[in-house]
Amino acid sequence: MTEPAIQVTDLVRDYPRPRTSLLRASPPVHALRGVSLEVQEGERFGIVGESGCGKSTLLRIIAALDRATSGQVVVEGTDITRLPERRLRFLRENLQLVFQDPMSSLDPRMRVRDIIAEPLVVQGHPASGERVRELLDAVGLSADAGDRYPHQFSGGQRQRISIARALAPRPRILIADEPVSALDVSVRAQVLNLISDLVDELNLTLIFVSHDLSVVKHVCSRVAVMNAGQIVETGPTADVYAAPTHPYTRRLVSAIPTLQRALSGATTTDLVKGVLST
Amino acid sequence: MSALVEEPEVAEQSDVLAVRGLTVSVRDKVLVEDVDLTVGPGERVGLIGESGSGKSLTALSVLGLLPEDVHAKGSVRLAGIDHDLIGADERQLARIRGRDLAMVFQEPMTALNPTMRVGDQIAEAMLIHRTVPNRRAARTAATALLDRVQLPGVARAYPHQLSGGQRQRVVVAIALANDPALLICDEPTTALDVTVQAMVLDLILQGVAARESALLFITHDLAVVATICQRVLVMYGGRVVESGPVHEVFTNPRHRYTEGLLAASDLDSAAHRLPTIPGNVPAAGNFPTGCVFRTRCAHATDICTTTPPWTGSASSGFACHHPAPDLVALETRRSSREVADD
Amino acid sequence: MNDEGGSVSRGAESALGVPASDPAGRLDGPAVRRTAGRRLNPSLVVGGIIVLVIVLTALVSFVWTPYDATLVDPAVRLAKPSWSHWFGTDKFGRDLLSQIMVGSRTTLFVGLVAVGVAAVIGVPLGILAAMTRRWSSELIMRANDLLLAFPALLLAIMFGAVFGASTLTAMVAIGIATVPSFARVIRSGALQVMRTEYVLAARAAGRRPFPIALRHVLPNVTSLITVQASVSFAIAVLAEAALSFLGYGTPPPTPSWGRMLQESQEFLFSAPRLAVFPGVAIAIAVLGFNLLGDGLRDRFDPKLEDRR
Repeated sequence: MTEPAIQVTDLVRDYPRPRTSLLRASPPVHALRGVSLEVQEGERFGIVGESGCGKSTLLRIIAALDRATSGQVVVEGTDITRLPERRLRFLRENLQLVFQDPMSSLDPRMRVRDIIAEPLVVQGHPASGERVRELLDAVGLSADAGDRYPHQFSGGQRQRISIARALAPRPRILIADEPVSALDVSVRAQVLNLISDLVDELNLTLIFVSHDLSVVKHVCSRVAVMNAGQIVETGPTADVYAAPTHPYTRRLVSAIPTLQRALSGATTTDLVKGVLST
Repeated sequence: MSALVEEPEVAEQSDVLAVRGLTVSVRDKVLVEDVDLTVGPGERVGLIGESGSGKSLTALSVLGLLPEDVHAKGSVRLAGIDHDLIGADERQLARIRGRDLAMVFQEPMTALNPTMRVGDQIAEAMLIHRTVPNRRAARTAATALLDRVQLPGVARAYPHQLSGGQRQRVVVAIALANDPALLICDEPTTALDVTVQAMVLDLILQGVAARESALLFITHDLAVVATICQRVLVMYGGRVVESGPVHEVFTNPRHRYTEGLLAASDLDSAAHRLPTIPGNVPAAGNFPTGCVFRTRCAHATDICTTTPPWTGSASSGFACHHPAPDLVALETRRSSREVADD
Repeated sequence: MNDEGGSVSRGAESALGVPASDPAGRLDGPAVRRTAGRRLNPSLVVGGIIVLVIVLTALVSFVWTPYDATLVDPAVRLAKPSWSHWFGTDKFGRDLLSQIMVGSRTTLFVGLVAVGVAAVIGVPLGILAAMTRRWSSELIMRANDLLLAFPALLLAIMFGAVFGASTLTAMVAIGIATVPSFARVIRSGALQVMRTEYVLAARAAGRRPFPIALRHVLPNVTSLITVQASVSFAIAVLAEAALSFLGYGTPPPTPSWGRMLQESQEFLFSAPRLAVFPGVAIAIAVLGFNLLGDGLRDRFDPKLEDRR
């Protein structure tokens, strides 16, 4: 077996809380309490959890945008946990992110072509118009989109621009943080398809984070369920969805309203039953 | 409800809410056009739509809470109220809001006054409309309401001491405090986690059921509507494009938009690629003339530049020139043919 | 949306172009809001016209004034307004209108220097405070508070005593005294920008802090800088008038509205117009820049527009 693309071992992240008492320091917030996971090369790995479960903190530490309190993150064989910024170049080239909020993920004062070219410029690659057009085309936008500003695009289109920017440095790992939660249903399907296609085409390793288990189930082959800073269950998505073993996962699965279940007569009482019974 | 007998002009007796020909516009832009909507007593109606569909504006028009330069035309009648809500002045509306007509908005973080204890806020909702004799009775009723939304003992808490889900339950308690004839919820659980959402939805349903209140539930989430509503209206581009009983609309959609939306949101089917609706949702007020969906519709032809007529009854129908085949009718025909073949 | 920090946070949101929208607003709001924002607001128009008139007056005064503003003509001392002297003359027989026209140059110069000094120091400090870690950021902001607590006029008088009274020293002092308000506003705006995902994306692509400040933070706080600048401009104009009145500002014979006011003192009852004309000029200029500031703020902030 080849080495995993990403290996996280016993990751802990505490945030200091502002003092509220003169006498005692406030107890820190435990955002991550010993998270371990492994993502194989070319795998589509999902992370599911509700707000405040620590999934965003985990992503940021994997992307070296935040520091761990303890534990280790190894990306493609290199331990990045203690590396200084100047030695992270390989990570900046090989790992890229797509964010949740299409409004705040693009600089409103920059033209789309400059936004997409930014990673190239930063990493000293020639940012040719050719490459930008190629990327726009890859995400299904016309070439003249490059001349416009982000506010001229709808949410779904902005998310495409985000994806194009992430793909610019030809990364091997793509991390998507809730990439479709802010999108309309009719547009969500397009963006999910796009991510799926690009991951296949470019042989990317995908980490897909969402609060929505059904979306993760559609995109990912394996999933980790997070709750209160810990991973409570990991496994093939279909299994976790069909037969959750951890009580929290069971609660999560049963609380999701789905069309199928609703049309076959499920009520809110059924949704809550799962929440309360465990 | 005695007013109903005295005032024959009041909305048809069978409807709690009757919206007729509602058109909402801001200067030259029409954001909602010709919306008809009725909610019967105790009925639970869903209003689904994406951004720019006008679903929230429709709700705000009913409440008379439109932003300053946005104007509504048409008629909004509420059972027991002898005047039209559109064009009613603020004093008349204030008397209705919170008593006959209650609302729950999306954002639980800003819906409560941060400087007031939550018990007092619920009590105040009753005192404003004098539905309780005095402050003591209001306090007692508030505590009872908080018990009902499974928040015992928090009456003396301030909003910041509660989580988002708990706050939304307080908002629900306030909305239900005066046993409104109609409860309007605008995306009440969108900001909440799924496990919390399940609980809040259940409380809303129990609340309206216990009071025999009608419910108008606005959301973009098809599954939520399917779980809690009996009837649904699908909005797109400021128009109602299809309506009917939930089961019928969701299993046998006739408008091409509804059909596409259902297919695109079906994440459970095994297929790797999802069926999509091409293009993007235009910004509010920028939808095409004629059929609002024609620019994204695979079936659109020249005739779609004219506004499609409404097919079906007032409570169940669609507005599409090229409707999807009626699966139920096909099924019936096929089975009858099989019978004939035998 | 959070309301902490009052006007500061409101201004800060405008820096991002879009308010951190609640999805309810997002779902149905954009068209409504965008069209509302496009309307010209009256304070922007009125403020803009006043400022434009002052700038034009200053420009015209370079090539033409009715008389030489410093020309002493004993023959027409304390003349009443007439066709030959529209605003009359002062105790030396200098033409008041000409003095006011040339004085507008001083006013603009004063504003530019003070605002320039404040912005050049305050903006980088604000951005630095927003981008650095705890202790250095704390240091900057506490030093800021210290300076904020020090009266601006006192600082200017001290500068005048040390470096000699001149328009320039007075205005550098006023500029330094307004650094804290700049730094504060810019810091809160920059903090918001730092929290956006495009900054995160830039960091993930390997951008270093300095280029991030230049490429992403600065362009997105320009609207804040503009608003702050026009308000500070008004403060500087007023400060110069006050300093000249006290004798620490523009030394004679350069015409200045503040000093004209001071010189009018002895004739306050016999020839009140000597005080009225420069006084009104100062009031209009201050009003103009304040209106412009308010107008710009409203224009950059769609949320505020909604609320009115």
